Amino acid sequence: MSGKYKRVAYYPGCALEGTGHAYNRSTKALGKALQLDIVELKNWNCCGAMEVKNVDPKLQTYLSARNLSIAEDMGFDTVMAPCNGCYHNLKKAEYDLANDQASREVNQRLSSKAGHKTYEAGKVETIHALDWIKQAIGEEGLKTRVKNSLKGLKIANYYGCMYTRPRHIFPEKDQGPGSESTSKPHFMDDLLAAAGAENVEYPLKTACCGGAHTLSDSDTSTKLVLNLLTTAEACGADVIATECPTCHTGLEMHQARAEKVFGKKTSVRILYFTQLLGMALGLSARKVGVHENLSESRDLLRDRGLL
Amino acid sequence: MAVTIRRRDESTPAERLDAIIALPDAALVAAATDLAGELLAIGEAALTSWLAAKGATPTKAEVEGFRLLALHRQGARGDPSFNACRETCRELAYHYNCVRQASDEAEAARRIRLGAMVARHLVLFVDGKLEIAGLGEFCCSSRPLRLRDAATGQS
Repeated sequence: MSGKYKRVAYYPGCALEGTGHAYNRSTKALGKALQLDIVELKNWNCCGAMEVKNVDPKLQTYLSARNLSIAEDMGFDTVMAPCNGCYHNLKKAEYDLANDQASREVNQRLSSKAGHKTYEAGKVETIHALDWIKQAIGEEGLKTRVKNSLKGLKIANYYGCMYTRPRHIFPEKDQGPGSESTSKPHFMDDLLAAAGAENVEYPLKTACCGGAHTLSDSDTSTKLVLNLLTTAEACGADVIATECPTCHTGLEMHQARAEKVFGKKTSVRILYFTQLLGMALGLSARKVGVHENLSESRDLLRDRGLL
Repeated sequence: MAVTIRRRDESTPAERLDAIIALPDAALVAAATDLAGELLAIGEAALTSWLAAKGATPTKAEVEGFRLLALHRQGARGDPSFNACRETCRELAYHYNCVRQASDEAEAARRIRLGAMVARHLVLFVDGKLEIAGLGEFCCSSRPLRLRDAATGQS
């Protein structure tokens, strides 16, 4: 534990104000319980997500850069983004601005036109919520704070595809002991193990959830998610822990759709890692938004003494 | 463009993988080495079909002893790409090794079943790419960077 990240700027992004609200609620509650200070960016905008990036990648770079500029103006050198899509896009913007002159020129032009300071690469570090807890508190720090151990809870940790790809926009990863791995990420595993959970070996932890297919080809998305769910069950998991609102919602929705459309019922529960850590620290299920999840996990949590 | 790969027995790879997953442990153990090889072959066939649909000649080379990994490396270049299945391919190769070195029968059966689930994800992912090709980009995560990498010759 480095003691870094005790006070960071917070970029929730659009999803955490909508379908991922439970992630927003539980991230804030977890930060408060751990006495970590997160300050939401003022007047933040969309990171450019998938839609803008596919139409005009440089416009997406500008949109993400504007958020980094706001963080800098607010006096922060670190911004924490819990959503994989936002995290990825802010990292990508940082990479583009450091390596691509054309991106710098577009950013300069649009920033001037919008009337705000132009963000320059290297001023603000983007981290994920996993980096935040891992570095600010660490496993040993968590162990001393656990009130309701997750002991007996078998968890498959699912990171999704955007937390580690493409590798070159995450230069801090794959740097040996203590750093995150892009081929076998483990930060979520480490934190939940520190809270007492039993992590199962899960071979699809970075596999595609079919998120981009959800509207254009729902059946493929449902089949991909069903495979994620059945594989987690085959690995012995009671719960799939998530750290991305898009993956989380996709798993929940397609779990229900798989039963309705394909007659395939699965019983593995889906919870954000922030909800699990929050309950391990003694926060109520309601405080971390379990009631906002589509996936019904309260019976399991009650059985395990977490509710 | 929808391409469905059919096997000689007329089952699709996904159907064959479902059948392998449903086999009892004893049947998995009895044919462990053959099944491990079949899982790899199904993965290779999926990537080969995708490369062919893209107009490329699938490589016969191997990376780290696996043609599957060489095919992935080939397909990860350019646009569209299946860069996003890198770990899925590596997990499949890993499970192949685990089956061949399993210390007991239960472990061998478990590894074949998990390997089949990994292969099923690869098949679904690549089939999805084939079906969605006409609709544009499938994997949303890294298109701009891949375009630039393709232009500058980086992998």
